[in-house]
Amino acid sequence: MTTLTVGRASVPAKYLPVLVTGCLFVAMFVAGGIRYEGFASGQVILNVFIDNAFLLVVAVGMTFVILTGGIDLSVGSVVALSTMIAASLMEGPGWPPYLVVPLVLAIGSGLGLVMGYIVHAFDIQPFIVTLAGMFLARGLCYTIGTDSIPIQDPTFTAFAQTRIDLFGDLWISPSVVIAVVVVLVAVYVLHYTRFGRSVYATGGSEQSALLMGLPVGRTKITVYTVSGFCSALGGVLLSFYMLSGYGLHAVGMELDAIAAVVIGGTLLTGGSGFLLGTVLGVLVLGLIQTIISFEGTLSSWWTKIFIGMLLFVFILLQRLFSARSRR
Amino acid sequence: MKRLLWPAVVLALLLVLNVFFTPSFFSIEVKDGHLYGSLIDILRFGAPLILVSLGMTLVIATGGIDLSVGSVVAISGALACLQISEDASVFTAVALALGLCLVLGAWNGFLVAGIGIQPIIATLILMVAGRGLAQLITDGQIITVNSPAYKVIGGGYWLTVPFGILIVIGVLAISAFLTRRLALGMLIESVGSNAEASRLAGIRARGIIIMVYAFAALCAGVAGLMISSNVSSADGNNAGLWIELDAILAVVIGGTSLAGGRFSLSGTVLGALIIQTLTTTIYSIGVPPETTLLFKALVVTAVCLIQSPSFRAKVFRGRGRAKPSSAAPEQKVKVTA
Amino acid sequence: MAVPAPVLTMTGIGKQFPGVRALDEVDLRLLPGEVHALMGENGAGKSTLIKVLTGVYPADTGTIELNQAPVAFGSPLEAQQAGISTVYQEVNLCTNLSVAENILLGREPRKRGRIDWKRMRARAGELLSRLELSLDVSAPLSSYSLAIQQMVAIARAIDIDARVLILDEPTSSLDADEVRQLFRVMRRLKEEGIAILFVSHFLDQIYEISDRMTILRNGRLVGEYLTRELPQVELVAKMIGQELAVLERLHGTAKVFDRPLVEARELGRTGAIEPFSLTIHEGEVVGLAGLLGSGRTEIARLLFGADHASTGEIAIGGTPQSLRTPRVAMSHKIAFCSENRKADGLIPDLTVRENIILALQATRGWTRPVPREQQDDLVERYIKALKISPPNPEHLVRDLSGGNQQKVLLARWLILEPRLLILDEPTRGIDVGAKTEIQRLVAELSDGGMAVLFISAELEEVLRLSHKVEVLRDRRLVADLPNDERLTTDVLMETIASGGRAS
Repeated sequence: MTTLTVGRASVPAKYLPVLVTGCLFVAMFVAGGIRYEGFASGQVILNVFIDNAFLLVVAVGMTFVILTGGIDLSVGSVVALSTMIAASLMEGPGWPPYLVVPLVLAIGSGLGLVMGYIVHAFDIQPFIVTLAGMFLARGLCYTIGTDSIPIQDPTFTAFAQTRIDLFGDLWISPSVVIAVVVVLVAVYVLHYTRFGRSVYATGGSEQSALLMGLPVGRTKITVYTVSGFCSALGGVLLSFYMLSGYGLHAVGMELDAIAAVVIGGTLLTGGSGFLLGTVLGVLVLGLIQTIISFEGTLSSWWTKIFIGMLLFVFILLQRLFSARSRR
Repeated sequence: MKRLLWPAVVLALLLVLNVFFTPSFFSIEVKDGHLYGSLIDILRFGAPLILVSLGMTLVIATGGIDLSVGSVVAISGALACLQISEDASVFTAVALALGLCLVLGAWNGFLVAGIGIQPIIATLILMVAGRGLAQLITDGQIITVNSPAYKVIGGGYWLTVPFGILIVIGVLAISAFLTRRLALGMLIESVGSNAEASRLAGIRARGIIIMVYAFAALCAGVAGLMISSNVSSADGNNAGLWIELDAILAVVIGGTSLAGGRFSLSGTVLGALIIQTLTTTIYSIGVPPETTLLFKALVVTAVCLIQSPSFRAKVFRGRGRAKPSSAAPEQKVKVTA
Repeated sequence: MAVPAPVLTMTGIGKQFPGVRALDEVDLRLLPGEVHALMGENGAGKSTLIKVLTGVYPADTGTIELNQAPVAFGSPLEAQQAGISTVYQEVNLCTNLSVAENILLGREPRKRGRIDWKRMRARAGELLSRLELSLDVSAPLSSYSLAIQQMVAIARAIDIDARVLILDEPTSSLDADEVRQLFRVMRRLKEEGIAILFVSHFLDQIYEISDRMTILRNGRLVGEYLTRELPQVELVAKMIGQELAVLERLHGTAKVFDRPLVEARELGRTGAIEPFSLTIHEGEVVGLAGLLGSGRTEIARLLFGADHASTGEIAIGGTPQSLRTPRVAMSHKIAFCSENRKADGLIPDLTVRENIILALQATRGWTRPVPREQQDDLVERYIKALKISPPNPEHLVRDLSGGNQQKVLLARWLILEPRLLILDEPTRGIDVGAKTEIQRLVAELSDGGMAVLFISAELEEVLRLSHKVEVLRDRRLVADLPNDERLTTDVLMETIASGGRAS
């Protein structure tokens, strides 16, 4: 009833969406490998990680929020704001990175905290509150400056150019390491701490969670804080990647993050989904871009059309599976 | 109409604020047979947003949301300009563009009502893909057209009144007629308030939902034509960017709940006017344009907070304790507040 | 036998809501090791009293003492920590989480800060075995029935060193077996010395399980009684405040029904109801008797086109029809008042007027609104006829009491002038007065030629109204009994129990 038999093994229904995303990723990779020369290499996958480390971190924060049944539209703007603050403080007054980065993380978390507090304390829909947050953060960017600020800080540039060699001639960037650490910590928090379980309980039924005596308010405030922190960290990683701060960075990244979470099988109604799914979702999005760049002749807007189509296929699949498992 | 009070007060405050900086703010004059004045400008530039918001109101009332209207705005303008640049008549171009919008809206409605996908996701598909589609139509370029007839839609006048304002009045009248004179409004509210009960009462929710999404897309399409006609060009990348967010804000400020059910068209118009007046105010009181978004964020937050009952309870602390928390399972005792 | 000192005493409790005096000088005491029933009609103040006790509302006047020490709880959580746990009618758990988590959420066993899943499952298993249940505790709660979910809620409640357990209508959605299981658990907890406050609409259950009861009426205390010393008739009299007229069968004279209206032949739906045949004649009241989950509602939904039949056919007025949707059924003048008013009936955002004309409007489509004058006429007529209170058509329906909401639903279908009216538990959870009114109305309607399919969990009520009774058991229609003098509730119960083999 709640399981679906795949071959001989039986997979609990809750893991099914993640499995489908995993299969899709493998299928896309194989298809790419057959079609394009030089595609089927480990480095292609690692490059997806390298190019999307910031998105991965942002999507982790988004997963927390969506699991509680909320949504955070401010992430893209907070990413941009973080790059802007980092760049302006390092290039203007010449602050050292070890001061700037913690400050940026604190500001991001603080914004998340405030939004979470408003959502919880005043019963305003998260969609609206984080929308205001989105305007606010983007507005702050333009107040700092309307032009792109290049980052020349030696620590930053050194960090950005570091390659961590793995076996063979495979390599990753330090950002990937940070992103993977964030994912691992997040998995631990979601599955082995009371806070993590409260996140799922709140998303399952907020009223029940309240009556069961769970700190629903604190949980909600915390997930937005986590999301704010992740966005700020994503911003730091993006400024390593771009080596600039710009108010127009990460426009629409909230959509990519939401798309990744959805493709990863997490329900927007909350209470159901896994971080591993989000990771796979980000990888699938990244792989689409890789395929389009390998194709060469396709214009950039095909990326959007493909992501749209993929979202459609995925949602349709989820619909079919959930309809079947309910019977 | 108690719930329209706060949006009206905010709008009035914003307008009065303008008078301090621009004493002639309220004056309207006729020049060359055209109406001129700040108030007219607010209405004229706010027209596309009002249109999109009207469509959005009905979608939200069914318990849905439409994120794709911004992309539809871009697609509509792009297709119309492409047609005109290829020497199609303005009428054909407009008809084709609006026809496509109807199809796109029906597609959204089909995903929501036919397949049963959550509205926010169903329309996210078109929001993402539609932006690509608009760029595909314009081939990533900005298409410029030179057609006086097309220019009328967004920049023309009729009987001294800007044409855009007339279109808004027309659409508002039509939607008010459909929803309040005919029974569409009640059925929409019924579906949005309790979908299963509506089905058992014999309401054909599927048709209503598809129609509402199609209407929202049509409104967005007209708004797209207005925007592109006003500047005589189509920009697949930026036209209508984030207008869905402004529209949702306008609806919420106007007192319609995102949860669906009761809706107010006049509230939405007020909400959209607040957003547009805000933009105008920022220019007229000499705030640097970079901070436009900041101001918008602050005003939006303020309006939403004022409308939140729990905020009012906490800040204005009417009588003793705040109302029992939402933890309380529905109280059976009737409380007439 | 000396009465032990009460665990909990509430004295002189008063609570005022705007315009309503919900509680006035109410006393309540709970003794350890006793099941104490809280009795009263809807609106008597039962829920308010429980909410005051558990800290949802503050009391305006009066005191609460727990173990002789005065207490005042600010939230249900505080009450819980002091040992007062509540299990509500709707299960308030998170169905997306596992059984073990639902029992232990918020106090999971931990090892060095991380949740110790192994110990958690073991602990949950222990707690459930205390209730004589063995479940797969790592399965999601959603995979279990409502009854099991209720048990899980109780397991959660007693894990916290509970001294007082409040069960607020826990049995309203359970079938007989499940109720028995619940009662076994309650007796066990009673032996452990826990004081149980029990709210239920079923008198039989009250007499089976409770030791003592407190009766409320209109927010005032009627008194505290030992259950075994208070006859049922007196209890009912005290609850409604007047001597109850002896229940007579509303259909005295036997009538002949020879004009079949709806004929179902081998109609069935996989997983919901085995194929059944049933004929409903014009003017006939057909009662459906059976336990919850026996297929009563499923039959109703098939006859209304709310679900699709997988086998069989249906004829209306002699011609075969396919009832694909409720709309089609409505076009054949079939109406259906569903069991779950909140989920399947009312539109909470709309007014009484709009709720009443909704179905009529739906049949006309949105392009042809019901003229306002006609609306006002119809609505006024039915508000009067059904005594809907408050009699204000522009009142939001969500603010009405349960009985009045039910009447609004009835009005919605009556203005369609249906030929077959399907009533699924129309009297559930509403007060005795409204109940009698609805029963009388059903009798009147059938006298006027309308066919009625009447579903109720109360066999008395089924017997009182029906011309014939269809008995259901385990999703099968097992017997078709004419309602004559020989048919009694005992016979019905036997038929249900034996599955119709005796007849």
